[in-house]
Amino acid sequence: MRIMVNGQWQQQNDGLNVAVLLEKLSLEPRRVAVELNKQLLPRARYAQTALAEDDQLEIVTLVGGG
Amino acid sequence: MSKMAVETFHIGPFEFTSRLFVGTGKYATLELMRDALAASGCQVVTVAVRRERLMDKSGRNILDFIDPRRYTLLPNTAGCFSADEAVRTARLGRELLEGLENPGAAWVKLEVLGDKKTLLPDPLGTLEALKVLKAEGFTVLCYTSDDPVMAMRLKAAGADSVMPAGSPIGSGQGVLNPWAIRIILEQLKAGDENYPVIVDAGVGTASDVTVAMELGADGVLLNTGVAGAKDPLKMAAAMKLAVEAGYLARRAGRIPRKLYATASSPLDGVIGVKE
Repeated sequence: MRIMVNGQWQQQNDGLNVAVLLEKLSLEPRRVAVELNKQLLPRARYAQTALAEDDQLEIVTLVGGG
Repeated sequence: MSKMAVETFHIGPFEFTSRLFVGTGKYATLELMRDALAASGCQVVTVAVRRERLMDKSGRNILDFIDPRRYTLLPNTAGCFSADEAVRTARLGRELLEGLENPGAAWVKLEVLGDKKTLLPDPLGTLEALKVLKAEGFTVLCYTSDDPVMAMRLKAAGADSVMPAGSPIGSGQGVLNPWAIRIILEQLKAGDENYPVIVDAGVGTASDVTVAMELGADGVLLNTGVAGAKDPLKMAAAMKLAVEAGYLARRAGRIPRKLYATASSPLDGVIGVKE
């Protein structure tokens, strides 16, 4: 299936959940926050949230800023 | 510093002694940022929320250089040009700080910008986002211009602190309109003297910070003034002293300005004068 992560389309296995996606991307869940189709996805729901075709994700972290 | 300078102040449920809030952007290295934050004596550091880089990650995360037990992180919505983007960014920031178990999860520095070149705030977008975030339980610190009417509107809509800009972000122009800042302070604090007003943006050097504090601001938020200085560690130390100097001077009460001189030494008894 095709999903968009941070503005870029990518192919992933059908039914992939968010926890596994983060693992595949080598991201530490504690240091990121995830938005799924413009809605915040609380970290407690990563494992139970299966992604679907055309889902759009934003995966963010903290950076320096003023 | 003397005990006199240490007096707590409050923003919503937060309590601090340091009145200097320091940003974490634009330092040459993360090590320099860490050391500048320490030299500034700040208790609050601002951070931004950005997309994780999925390719060529350097492996260095800012969180390895900010101790979340030492500092309260203040996530901002910098770079957002609509109320919707700012609200989404604030929610993501809260989620990130909850994951770090940092008290900063409860608050946000709201910034909705109206123009890419001047980075001046969009007052309508700011007000719209403020209302949504207050309804969701955030403590909201509102970045705004030095317009006293807008400042009043933001306070009335529930802003926990109004943060007027001294001058445009990163411009180093200092407090351009002290009269407007004075009016904001007078109006927001009328009958509510502990309402926190923080001058945010435009600070170029230590004297700018002192001016803001002497006007009666409760604190100053800065970033570029330290990060962009030739020696950020020295400037961070200078900013710490400048906040304390301005705060003490304000409380001490300055003398009125007069057109003509008033001698400090007695005029009587000078030698060589015929009585």
